[in-house]
Amino acid sequence: MSGFDLSAILGNPEYAAMLLHGIEMTFIIYAGSWSLAMALALLLLGLRLSPFRFGDPLVAAYVSYHRNVPTLVQLMLWYFGIFTLMPSGVATWLAIHNAEAIFAVIGLGLCQAAYFSEDLRSGVRSVSPGQMQAARALGHGYVSAMRFVIMPQGVRNALPPLINHSVSLFKNSSLAVVIGASELTHAVKEIENLSFRTFEIYVIGTVLYLFFSLVIMSIGAYLSMRADPARSARA
Amino acid sequence: MIHDMIAIIRDYWLLLLIGQYPNGPLGGLANTLILSALSIALAFPASILFALARLSKSPLLRWPVTALVYFTRGVPLLMLILWSYFLVPLVSGADVPSFVTMLTTLVVYQSAFLSEVVRAGIVALGPGQMDAARALGHNYVGAMRFIILPQALYNMIPSIISTFVSTIKDTTLGYVINVPDLTFAASQVNNQLLTQPFQVFLILAIVYFAICWTLTHFANRLERRITRRRAGLSSLPAAALVAPSKIISEQP
Repeated sequence: MSGFDLSAILGNPEYAAMLLHGIEMTFIIYAGSWSLAMALALLLLGLRLSPFRFGDPLVAAYVSYHRNVPTLVQLMLWYFGIFTLMPSGVATWLAIHNAEAIFAVIGLGLCQAAYFSEDLRSGVRSVSPGQMQAARALGHGYVSAMRFVIMPQGVRNALPPLINHSVSLFKNSSLAVVIGASELTHAVKEIENLSFRTFEIYVIGTVLYLFFSLVIMSIGAYLSMRADPARSARA
Repeated sequence: MIHDMIAIIRDYWLLLLIGQYPNGPLGGLANTLILSALSIALAFPASILFALARLSKSPLLRWPVTALVYFTRGVPLLMLILWSYFLVPLVSGADVPSFVTMLTTLVVYQSAFLSEVVRAGIVALGPGQMDAARALGHNYVGAMRFIILPQALYNMIPSIISTFVSTIKDTTLGYVINVPDLTFAASQVNNQLLTQPFQVFLILAIVYFAICWTLTHFANRLERRITRRRAGLSSLPAAALVAPSKIISEQP
């Protein structure tokens, strides 16, 4: 092994293809779990705001479980545990259709939903109750007041923590390597085993993660600016 | 199902708690807690220094630490663990146990996160405290030592506890480099049983939940008490106290 040589990895078409595949899988897992988490978070928020009596404790228990059990353990429970309990037809179908990635999406998405729903909840809570009264006074029904007055302000308030948690979800997608999903960290470890160029491949992997984290952060910063130019200018 | 879980706990509780100790190295839950406690104990002083450097007027102090914090927060912990796994033996020139590798990673990682907490705590005090301390004749070090840090750190106690909770959750990633912690012990149990993975990992999840939930709950109660005390009131209206906790619990 001689010197620091990135081209030994990037110039090798086999390794470059592995890296690209890893990035692609990372983004599939990220996009899948982000969408699942956001959909579920809105559902949880609705349950919490609804007059349904058991909604609040139910969501609180869900959030508490997902915040207090390590994400890795949740992934292991899904992939090593729940997978084996599934009926054999479902399990076979999953095994054919990249079960590792599917369970990564489920595990990360369910866990992230707890964080997202808390972000949204504190965003909505920080909208002053006068807004609801004013909307009702103007003739909005509950749903329409929520839709046009409360939620837009609530989501805007919740943007900064939502962006932070979106970045941590992206970083957490690397945990999928533990259940064998072939994402970026997996590609990095594979190439390390094949090429023995440990330093180079870790630099490449790290720079890629940093780069995409920064991209997600700047998209978030752009959205906050769009949502509330005055506040962003002050910050 | 529950019968199976009780049987697993009955047969393996010693392995899950302390590993093969005293007939071998310490492991299981004991290792998880020691690792977390040691990381926080070492990261805490470092985080104060980092926070002071980030608040300092000198760019020479501010920039490198800011870069370190941004780097640490932008890269997955798993990637940092792999870096340490490769670099720590190279730098020290010795065969390093995975426990030490994991400890090194966690100290770096948690000092970056904690330094943000400390910094926020200092900034939240407002400039008046520093001005007043200087006016009373304290120099920078004296003001920090006697006026700013005691108040900031007191307000931060709940955040420090929640960082401790995050650290406990982070130690699970040591699994990747075979740190003999609770997760590792559980996967050993799973390998011996082979037939009951769901039960084994459910026990694992329950144990982590019990520990982390207790600590989180404690931190939230403490935060309410501190908020009340800082507000200078013996009792705030109940509505002000049940506001959602602002404790930032980063993942995993």
